[in-house]
Amino acid sequence: MFKKKKCIAMLLAGGQGSRLYALTQKTAKPAVPFGGKYRIIDFPLSNCINSGIDTVGVLTQYQPLVLNDYIGNGLPWDLDRTFGGVKILPPYQGNKTADWYKGTANAIYQNLAFINQYDADYVLILSGDHIYKMDYSKMLDYHIEKEADCTIAVLDVPLEEASRFGIMSANEDNSIYKFTEKPKNPDSTLASMGIYIFTTDKLQKYLTEDNEDPDSSNDFGKNIIPTMLAAKEKMFAYKFDGYWKDVGTIGSLWEANMDLLGPRPSFDLGDESWRIFARHFSSAPQYIGSEAKIENSIITEGCEIYGTVENSVIYTGAKVMEGAVVRDSVIMAGTVIEAGAKVEYSIIDGNVNVGKDAKVGAPRERAKDITVIGADVKIPDGKVIADGEMISEI
Amino acid sequence: MSAVGLVFSNIHDQNIPDLTRKRTMASVPFGCRYRLIDFTLSNMVNSGITKIGVITHNNYQSLLDHIGTGKDWDLARRSGGIKLLPPFITSYSGAGANKLYSTRLEAMMGAMEFLSRCTDDYVVMSDCDAISNIDLGDVIRQHKETCADVTVVTTKVDTDSLEIASGSAVISSDENNRISEIVHFNRRIKGIKEISTNIIVATRKYLLSAISDASSHGYTSFYTDIIDRNLLRANYFVYHYDGFYVQINSLSEYYASNMKLLDEGVRRSLFGEANRPILTKVRNSAPTRYAEGANVSNSLIADGCVVEGVVENSIIFRGVKIGRGAVVRNCILMQDTVVGDDVSLNCVVSDKNVLIKDGRNLSGHSTLPFFIGKGTMI
Repeated sequence: MFKKKKCIAMLLAGGQGSRLYALTQKTAKPAVPFGGKYRIIDFPLSNCINSGIDTVGVLTQYQPLVLNDYIGNGLPWDLDRTFGGVKILPPYQGNKTADWYKGTANAIYQNLAFINQYDADYVLILSGDHIYKMDYSKMLDYHIEKEADCTIAVLDVPLEEASRFGIMSANEDNSIYKFTEKPKNPDSTLASMGIYIFTTDKLQKYLTEDNEDPDSSNDFGKNIIPTMLAAKEKMFAYKFDGYWKDVGTIGSLWEANMDLLGPRPSFDLGDESWRIFARHFSSAPQYIGSEAKIENSIITEGCEIYGTVENSVIYTGAKVMEGAVVRDSVIMAGTVIEAGAKVEYSIIDGNVNVGKDAKVGAPRERAKDITVIGADVKIPDGKVIADGEMISEI
Repeated sequence: MSAVGLVFSNIHDQNIPDLTRKRTMASVPFGCRYRLIDFTLSNMVNSGITKIGVITHNNYQSLLDHIGTGKDWDLARRSGGIKLLPPFITSYSGAGANKLYSTRLEAMMGAMEFLSRCTDDYVVMSDCDAISNIDLGDVIRQHKETCADVTVVTTKVDTDSLEIASGSAVISSDENNRISEIVHFNRRIKGIKEISTNIIVATRKYLLSAISDASSHGYTSFYTDIIDRNLLRANYFVYHYDGFYVQINSLSEYYASNMKLLDEGVRRSLFGEANRPILTKVRNSAPTRYAEGANVSNSLIADGCVVEGVVENSIIFRGVKIGRGAVVRNCILMQDTVVGDDVSLNCVVSDKNVLIKDGRNLSGHSTLPFFIGKGTMI
């Protein structure tokens, strides 16, 4: 029933994404919609299949309904396989213990049996909160070439931002000698992208030991990596220089959406050589009305645009009615901006109704912050929602 | 109640030779992101039919490519699902030896094996040049209630204003919907008539015996030799369908049918039915990007496009690029057409992968659209 796999991926998708507030009340962060027709998890899943990794365990915990339903049998990513494919791995009741996933490392520990089923030589650990395109097979080649025990993908970040990340200090040959989680005075600019490749027996050893340590917080960044470094295991930094964005906050989620715009978008979704796959719900083509004005925006299937859309990302099936204006905003699936309404510098989640002549947010130049409206909210006609507000019910 | 579907993918190819030169009628692109067979397959799937045979004739590579395993229509099934039925040609005795079928009835004869192995009570047959979103479940219900042998779905057409293909079956029926007369359309027929949509429900066992009977008599026409000959003996009914329906008989009809999608009512009836979505092959295109300087009005646009110019009253398929300063009016631009900078197009139908270089100026007329063949560079 199982065939040996050289490398399998484990995707940590149980995170709540609490800093996305209204957007993650009903869904786990990896299921948060992005870029018109995608969800965040489409990026690591597409990267896997494009890198030739056809076995992915997805570890779920927080609000898994939408995520489970979305992943289904893995068909959209070509991960519906007879051997391997995508498998949802929820916490379970064991013979002796029954536990929630206590941390990233514990989640993988509880699923060592899954990894061993495939007799995988290497395990790729991914998280479901980043937007990027990356060929994991190159990183795996690098890991094998270096005969490493663990390889960590890193991104060179500006020094002033380094204190937000886990920072690696590496020798000239990229071997890591120091790792500090969110350092106050960073001495390196190599930030961990939360992407690890482990040689399976080492991973197994350290996860098992970590599980036996009652003081551990069972986290890769806090426990596993430092312990392995202290034990002088062979750990290497793998430098990545493409687009990568953590979309864990409202601000970064908005920015990442805006990065899709412009004549040469900083993140190109249309790259035929590295397609991003998503689950599709057959909707009609987009209709652009006679009075519509659209500038510098991306719009997708099922949308109907009769009003004005500028510098915005409009998701599947959203409607912008006559005389409505949407500017510098992210409008998610199925949301309707009724006639005469104005939405500026906002993120509006799915199936929201912004009533006639309502006003959401303020022009970007003078807004306090991004305005956020949670899913399914009905904003009454003429209502004014001030800039920077975050609304999950009315 | 269970029904099996039977789709005729090549019938009427000759009506639009420009578009079927390199493909079947079934795989002619339509409405930004669809192929004609999508409407037929979706109607069947949405009515609970999970076993569909697709009869092919020739030139069906693009159809195979489009259908794949059938998973986009939820037809990749362990039991049932989509079955392609390539032409059945016997090398041995009989009038049809070594010959491809040339009529609907002969095509059915080639599908006898498929039909006789089914266990379903009914067979729903459909061509691909008919575009509608019809509830076939309701047709089957009526078929069952009337204990019909064959039920033909008909629609009213004004023969004076509409182009009708010469072979179309014009059907008259009595107040109980029983078919009273069937004739082939000819120029002498005037006024409002009911014509067959070529969507037909038949009781499977009856159909099998009728086909083998026709086969042993050497008959060739379904309407003339089966329906017409047995009008008084068998139970033949019509099902009046008055929803949106177009049949593509010519390039100008093809053009006009696409343009009808710009009408909100037509879009609602075709794509707006809850629980009856039109399914198609997924291409995973990125959303369409509108640049600064883009100006789009009254147009239907698929995903994967980059629009930098002016688009009016047009149907734009997936992956089309429209350059800066380009003006596209009343056009149908199929998949991956590239329109260069400052190009001006009016009433143009471009097939897939057409490249129109910077500054070109091309125009047709709505009654005679200017057609550019697949892969042409201008």
